[in-house]
Amino acid sequence: MSETGIGAALRRKEDARFLTGTGTFTDDISRPGQLYAHIVRSPYAHAKITAIDTTEAAAAPGVAAVLTGKDMAADGVNPLPCGWQIHSRDGSPMAEPGHPALAVDTVRHVGDRVAVVVAETRHQAREAGALVEVTYEALPAAASITAALADGAPLVHEDVPGNLCFDWEIGDAAAVDEAFAEAAHVVELDLVNQRLIPNAIEPRAAIGEYDAASDMTTLYTTSQNPHLIRLLLGAFVMGLPEHKLRVVAPDVGGGFGSKIFHYPEEVIVTWAARRLGRPVKWTATRSESFQSDAHGRDHVTHGELALAEDGTFLGLRVSTKANLGAYLSTFGSAVPTYLYGTLFAGCYKTPAIYGNVKAVFTHTVPVDAYRGAGRPEAAFMLERLVDLAARKLSMSPVVIRRRNFIEAFPYATPVALEYDAGDYHATLDMALQLADYDGFEARREEARGRGKLRGIGLSTFVEACGIAPSAVAGALGARAGLYESGQIRVHPTGSVTVYTGTHSHGQGHETTFAQLVSEHLGVDVDAVDVVHGDSAKSSFGMGTYGSRSLAVGGNAIYMAMQKVIEKGRKIAAHLMEASPDDVEFERGVFRVAGTDKEKTLGEVALTAYVPHDYPEDLEPGLDETAFYDPKNFTFPAGAHVVEVEVDPETGTVELVNVSCADDVGTVVNPMIVDGQMHGGLAQGIGQALLERAVYDDSGQLVTGSYMNYTMPRAADLPSFTLGTHVTECTHNPLGVKGVGEVGSIGVPPAVINAVVDALAHLGVTHVEMPATPEKVWRTIRDAQA
Amino acid sequence: MPTVTLTVNERAHTTDVESRTLLVELLRDLLGLTGTHVGCDTSQCGACTVLVDGRSVKSCTTLAVDVAGSAVTTIEGLAANGKLHPMQAAFKEHHGLQCGYCTPGMVMSALDLAGRNADPSEAEVREWLEGNLCRCTGYHNIVKAVQEGARAMGGAS
Repeated sequence: MSETGIGAALRRKEDARFLTGTGTFTDDISRPGQLYAHIVRSPYAHAKITAIDTTEAAAAPGVAAVLTGKDMAADGVNPLPCGWQIHSRDGSPMAEPGHPALAVDTVRHVGDRVAVVVAETRHQAREAGALVEVTYEALPAAASITAALADGAPLVHEDVPGNLCFDWEIGDAAAVDEAFAEAAHVVELDLVNQRLIPNAIEPRAAIGEYDAASDMTTLYTTSQNPHLIRLLLGAFVMGLPEHKLRVVAPDVGGGFGSKIFHYPEEVIVTWAARRLGRPVKWTATRSESFQSDAHGRDHVTHGELALAEDGTFLGLRVSTKANLGAYLSTFGSAVPTYLYGTLFAGCYKTPAIYGNVKAVFTHTVPVDAYRGAGRPEAAFMLERLVDLAARKLSMSPVVIRRRNFIEAFPYATPVALEYDAGDYHATLDMALQLADYDGFEARREEARGRGKLRGIGLSTFVEACGIAPSAVAGALGARAGLYESGQIRVHPTGSVTVYTGTHSHGQGHETTFAQLVSEHLGVDVDAVDVVHGDSAKSSFGMGTYGSRSLAVGGNAIYMAMQKVIEKGRKIAAHLMEASPDDVEFERGVFRVAGTDKEKTLGEVALTAYVPHDYPEDLEPGLDETAFYDPKNFTFPAGAHVVEVEVDPETGTVELVNVSCADDVGTVVNPMIVDGQMHGGLAQGIGQALLERAVYDDSGQLVTGSYMNYTMPRAADLPSFTLGTHVTECTHNPLGVKGVGEVGSIGVPPAVINAVVDALAHLGVTHVEMPATPEKVWRTIRDAQA
Repeated sequence: MPTVTLTVNERAHTTDVESRTLLVELLRDLLGLTGTHVGCDTSQCGACTVLVDGRSVKSCTTLAVDVAGSAVTTIEGLAANGKLHPMQAAFKEHHGLQCGYCTPGMVMSALDLAGRNADPSEAEVREWLEGNLCRCTGYHNIVKAVQEGARAMGGAS
């Protein structure tokens, strides 16, 4: 390991600009002649728009235009597409109602877009927005899964009967029935995986711009995947050819999934800018974020686990109803299906698994991927069932897990995945040691003396990351390939620019990817720049989500470096009058094997750009691109142990210890990996203890601000104890798996298992998330009644 | 239209503002100091935190006219001669930032704490940061950075 290569806790290259206030976030950008957009949004969850009077707003000071859905439709702007087609178990394709960027005659959630006011200043746009007179005919709303599936429920889309988007299945129902028939024990559980609001601290923003001279349209946007937005906006929504559409996602202030998707506001500012011939900027208020960023989770699930007498898992049956919200968001259909059902095996050898998912439209904000995306829902369901089973069989939660761990790889699950590598005992061993699991009962006893109920809980889990092998994804309904591009441009004096189609919005790619170059090309990290987030600079890419950036994008960069080395070897061989086969490359130096003849990468690069003495059949230049399509998903895994103290007087849950051992494959930068773990854990703990999006029956979002949606704050969280055990991914050259989502997947069931453990002596078997003081206090009171 | 005279990062400015203009609008829109961010509209997230006469305030709920005559310090005013301020350096050293959006507010808030408490405990830092939200770091490394930064400042502000 070098000081700056793979394995080094290198301090981040990007920090200087963020720490000095010189980063460039979308709202920091101002374009010459820029106008400001204010979106008029529906105050109703469900209503007919009977009239829109824009007269007064249009006459207000500074207003350039007031535009509605009818104007947009008249201009031929298409609805937003969904990126993943699911088929129901009867073979029929999912219902795919249109999602117009501006509603035309019906609004379907509070915050749905009705009109846009464009004015000279932000204040003028907002004030004129209040003058747009929209006449609504309010209609009954179906604001929850239960309401939407009730007989005679209001329809979210008139052409989608029963509000059912699809009815999907995975696994072998007959084999599962057989397993349950033979089982010595069955445990079952009804649970809710509650709706969450991602809440990146940077609100979404977008600037549309049109340059008539070049006929070029540019969109600046807070996106995790600018190339995908260009594809969707250009090819599907607005009919703009890709060479005339540039999408820039500059510094982006957190995403967690919510900035993957193509949003109506991106269409609105781009369309308005082209109509008006001036740049148009929109920045969300936090209230708008709550009402328009895609939400996450929102499942209602019944799970059943069949076991043999000795605790061996025989079968798993899962039935889930998933809330999609009012419209299909970009990946909304993939999350409760192929990112969820495929993880039902977890890290266990359960031989028979069957799952059914009914996806439902409701009059709420669309639901899509949020950190973990389907996998937290799977892990929570499974790890709660496993704990229930351990209690029923009077087995240790450690022993029942070990008895069922997958131990031989590759392992084909009954739900479509093939795990390539892992060592689940090793991560569990490490987590138990970090948590001093064996010493717990003494701590429980000590706490009891202080009047506190202490509990310990664990979860062991697998996730599928590095989305995705394109052919597999395509066969499952993805409408895009999910490879990644990487380009290595070695400059004439030997410095390097890396171009990637992934996007960094906190993950530290500028550092991690520079470390890859340092490791494999021997170039100083200070001589490496990483460029991302601009469709005009990186050739193509699918962006950052699903912990894919290093596992897919990093391997594309690795492959581009191999091409650089191969070409450099030929140049070096020519310069040293040797055969390319005899030239070795190590740490930035080409050397004729067994001799002291050598040329540095810098010398070779200079020769490539000044090819006076050069191989005859070789092109000048040293600039290589690779596209990497993964052969399989990657399978990070881990064990999380959480210890809590419950105050029975108040129901307050205090986290006294969070210990995690994770296998995320090869670790490039342990400091960054730990940081990713911390953030994921905070969001997972937020789900377990604090966060919940609440709609009332009329479809009003009750938790619409930081006053009433409980974000984790510093004092809500402990410091975390982390360990890493590496098994390398076997099918990518870097051996990496991904770390972005591990914390949010693994920790929620560990927290709830700990809370249940603390209350188990009262007969408590389950506590729904979030385990707020009120809920825990009521649980204790009801148990004692 | 009121005129406001104030000092921002040791430079004097005299600017016409509307009576409703917020300090963060003055900084971002009129002075081009975009390092101060806006993350919410209920004064909860703290991304907009700046120092006014040495005390941390949320610039999204402070009227520009109310800080007339004051000395304002923003994130842009900390590094000197190409060298990070000790609190900035501590955030870098301890990986106390990821996306960087909440970071300016975190650093400015931490400076106020460091001026009051040169050696804050973990609990004191966590309590102090109740007005600053971060969604990336889980606060783990921010807490370490603030403690270390405060110690490095040795009671200076």
